[in-house]
Amino acid sequence: MSTTATQKKTGRLARISAAGTSPGVPSPRTAYLGIALIAMGLLVLAPALLTPFELRQMGRFVCYAMVAVGIGLAWGRGGMLTLGQGVFFGIGAYCMAMHMQLEDAALRGEETPQFMGTFGVDLPWFWEPFHSPLMTILLILLLPAALAFALGYSVFKRKVRGAYFAILNQAMVFAFVTLLVGQQATLNGSNGLSGFESFFGFAIHDPANRQMIYMIAAALLVIMMLVAYWMMRSRFGELLVATRDAEERVRFLGYDPAIIKTITFVTAAVMASVAGAMFVPLVGIISPAELGVVPSIAFVIGVAIGGRATLFGPVLGAIAVAWAESTLAENFPSGWTYFQGLLLILVIALLPGGIASVGRYLRWKHRGEAGKPTSEDPAPSDPATSDPESENSQKEAAS
Amino acid sequence: MDVVLSQLVAGISVGSILLLAAIGLALTFGQMGVINMAHGEFIMIGAYVAFVMQGLFGSGVSLLVAIPAAFLVGGIFGVVLEQILIRHMYHRPLDTLLATFGVGLILQQLARDLFGAPAVQVSNPPWLSGSVQILGTNVPLTRLFILLLVVAVVAGLAALMAYTSLGRRIRATVLNRNLAETSGISTRWTDRTTFFIGSGLAGVAGVTVTLIGATSPTMGTSYIVDAFLVVVAGGIGRIKGAVIAAFSLGILQAFIEYSTTASIAKFIVLIAVVAFLQLRPQGLVSVQTRSLA
Amino acid sequence: MSEKKRQSRLTAYAAIGAAGTLVLSACGARAGEEDAAVAESCVDTDGDTIKIGFINSQSGNMAISETTVNDVLHMAADQINEDGGVNGYELEIVEEDGQSEPATFAERSEYLLTQECVAAVFGGWTSASRQAMLPVFENNNGLLFYPTQYEGLESSENVFYSGATTNQQILPALEYLKEEEEIESLYLVGSDYVFPRTANMLIQQWAEENDVEILGEDYTPLGSTDFSTIANTVAASDADAVFNTLNGESNVAFFSQFDDAGLTAEEMPVMSVSIAEEEVDGIGPALLDGHLTSWNYYQTLEDPENEEFVAAFQETYGEDRVTSDVMQSSYNSLFLWAAMAEEAGSFDVDEIREVADGTSIDAPEGEVTVDGETQHVTKTPRIGVINSDGLIDPIWEGELTDPDPYLEDYQWADDEEAAEYAEEAED
Repeated sequence: MSTTATQKKTGRLARISAAGTSPGVPSPRTAYLGIALIAMGLLVLAPALLTPFELRQMGRFVCYAMVAVGIGLAWGRGGMLTLGQGVFFGIGAYCMAMHMQLEDAALRGEETPQFMGTFGVDLPWFWEPFHSPLMTILLILLLPAALAFALGYSVFKRKVRGAYFAILNQAMVFAFVTLLVGQQATLNGSNGLSGFESFFGFAIHDPANRQMIYMIAAALLVIMMLVAYWMMRSRFGELLVATRDAEERVRFLGYDPAIIKTITFVTAAVMASVAGAMFVPLVGIISPAELGVVPSIAFVIGVAIGGRATLFGPVLGAIAVAWAESTLAENFPSGWTYFQGLLLILVIALLPGGIASVGRYLRWKHRGEAGKPTSEDPAPSDPATSDPESENSQKEAAS
Repeated sequence: MDVVLSQLVAGISVGSILLLAAIGLALTFGQMGVINMAHGEFIMIGAYVAFVMQGLFGSGVSLLVAIPAAFLVGGIFGVVLEQILIRHMYHRPLDTLLATFGVGLILQQLARDLFGAPAVQVSNPPWLSGSVQILGTNVPLTRLFILLLVVAVVAGLAALMAYTSLGRRIRATVLNRNLAETSGISTRWTDRTTFFIGSGLAGVAGVTVTLIGATSPTMGTSYIVDAFLVVVAGGIGRIKGAVIAAFSLGILQAFIEYSTTASIAKFIVLIAVVAFLQLRPQGLVSVQTRSLA
Repeated sequence: MSEKKRQSRLTAYAAIGAAGTLVLSACGARAGEEDAAVAESCVDTDGDTIKIGFINSQSGNMAISETTVNDVLHMAADQINEDGGVNGYELEIVEEDGQSEPATFAERSEYLLTQECVAAVFGGWTSASRQAMLPVFENNNGLLFYPTQYEGLESSENVFYSGATTNQQILPALEYLKEEEEIESLYLVGSDYVFPRTANMLIQQWAEENDVEILGEDYTPLGSTDFSTIANTVAASDADAVFNTLNGESNVAFFSQFDDAGLTAEEMPVMSVSIAEEEVDGIGPALLDGHLTSWNYYQTLEDPENEEFVAAFQETYGEDRVTSDVMQSSYNSLFLWAAMAEEAGSFDVDEIREVADGTSIDAPEGEVTVDGETQHVTKTPRIGVINSDGLIDPIWEGELTDPDPYLEDYQWADDEEAAEYAEEAED
């Protein structure tokens, strides 16, 4: 078993060095053309063609796509299965929601959000910073970064990876949601925060403002895709993929894999947080139901189906799955669950590169080359696969 | 003193449920490195087996029939899953996680379509109603039964691993798969058997949770995260670790809950486990493998 | 950097720049200005049908309860259509799945109002789903009929509440416990969300006024199945009764472990406000036998309207199906809307609101009248005892009670007390 793996590996390394970039990274022309097309679609076509309701729905999908870009980096390129993006999404969303609630309270001439009145509490200390719009934006970026750093660095330093990391993430989500639900008087518990009037001074229900908010979200997505592409193409991106595939070797070469992984994890966390922050004005509510263990896995599903290690796969996958969910699930609630489950199984088992790898597969066939995409290529998900020297192939246990 | 004792008993009974839910995982995840997210749904299947058996035999004896039946049904589901899906993905544990999550979705929906979305009722056998006095605290018979069952399961499993040829094969495969194979052990067969036992134990866990909680299509999701945490905190590859972890978490939960609330206790326990694993990622009891790690 | 690369990067920057301009050019009204007008209604009355929307969770963990509401709404719509519809229009139903997620409720209700242009929407169950939909209905001047008994402290011009508020369910239950069961102490157990929290806050205030001692107040996460600690503390407290606001499947675990702890309905009755006929079967009639519930409607009520209602429901959906309070409130809500629309001679939301006050129907639970000010309805509080067949027998009936969501008629429930209580909870 290890022999074949090594052979495949050598072949692949040869291909990598020949191509100059690792698989999954499109050429600049394809990348910028693709991003420009997506930008066109989201920023020009969508506002022109969709009804206000559909546009708002599109806005929600765009938020999921932002999370997906981050997951694509961390999981597809870095091999870290981030099953806890709900935490970061939630942090961003609650920061934004708290600011908007305070804005609304100020408009009404009150000190506290409406729900606090029920329990007659004063404004808790952790709400105070959110009076300031600037502080809110800063916290949306800094809080998830700090948490992801704290969580990631110590874990990666101790060489925790793969399954362990995924399970730790899940535990974090579980803890986070339990905490939120328990905060009835200070964060409105399981009802979450909703009923907003104002977004940085703009009336949220005004159709023009709604479109503006959508445009901001879509523009942020495009920027994130550019960032993701630059990261993928950079030396850092090469190191990231190398860390995913052979962490020990990267270490031997004198790099610190923990830092590489932490930076990526932090980036993904910030992207999720920004997505959460945009979700609130677009959808008009954030509640723990949006953030639990299952929604956090749902963030990953679109990425897996679209193609985790590619630039466009995560984004298109996330949007497609979210769209399918809201149209199919409406009409066939039971059938949709079967379909979603089956699709997930089939794609993961047979097409680990996601839908994005279909094209490559066909090209290979067409050229008549011997090597078709195998399970390890183009998207190895797990360091253990391709690096028999560094790790026991069956066990993920940290040494 | 009363409080300490009664909370200790409560903690042990919480721990025994945790351990039952996790013991199967300790085999499939701990020994084989497979992340089976459908494990929770296997627990659910076990609970529905108990429900069906109750319909066939009436409550009373049905519990005793249900335990072996659920073991068998859970085991068969496990082997089928291993055979058609998981064995192709042994080298991709993270992908297994997602694919088995898909399996879990399907199994939940299947249960919903077969038995309906509302919870079904599995009534406790009359011989388990009431409680006994131990050290001055009331211990419900159901809790005592669960604890005894856990002890039996753990002892049986430990004996299996230590004294049977199957146990030796499993341990050999865990320690060094290639060498085991070279020594003439059919690792395929060993994998399949391990998976059968692990999934069967999930079924047994399902029967026992009907004694204390609801039987519904989504019940598995409430156990899965806890169960994984127990296995990870206990240390992969050692059943001893899972036992210690389950009871410590249960007792911790019970004592914190007494002085605060259930929500806060749950939060503190989860954060404590995460923090603990950051400091000691190998868990409580670590196993030295002979492979190149 | 190659020329080509630079070019494409320039294109990308240009795209971002263009996007930025677009974004900034599209600024609309500032918050707080008056001209942020409510969207115009687009209800279509040209044909001979009128669209109404049902929004219930068909999937997710609330589907258990909400599908029963959906069943009964369909039955009501069919009955109305058989009798010639509303204002001569046949009802055309548009259904949406809330998927047990508040955000989905918000999105799908907006779809119903703005895309399907329905005249009224029926559904929602959890407080979270109602609060999520509230801004949507207020901004589009829509009409929501919310059927579930809830925590009160709310009234929106765009919502009609056909379920009980606290003074029609919680307070009668307390009165009953005090007058009939003569309790002197009480233990509170609830799921950790807004209804139990608010209900227990009121109960604390009431208890202080009525010299009833509250021996404990415990919350568990929704869906929690571990009650061994709580069962221990409840047993140790030796309270005269337990007030139970647990939701859903937690009840199964709670009653089973309550029983395990050796507690019985005779020694310590549990008064539940979230367990209806639908839930009894899943928990087990044997465990619930003799415990109490507080609702406005039971399947066993013996009036002709109810007998007709139960017979029609069982004929449509099966002999083994049961009817519950929330189902009945949902059923009523459609008839209430129909009566108001007939009275107004229109489907216009403002006109309906105008005639709402005093609109009355003969419901299975008895006469139900809309209070125009709060848009809640009058209710008859009833205490029931769960029997071994899984049904609930009414054993006590209060007077027809006007809705008072803010408890303005109750001296003890003032804001000061609420603030004090909250401070205590903080400590």
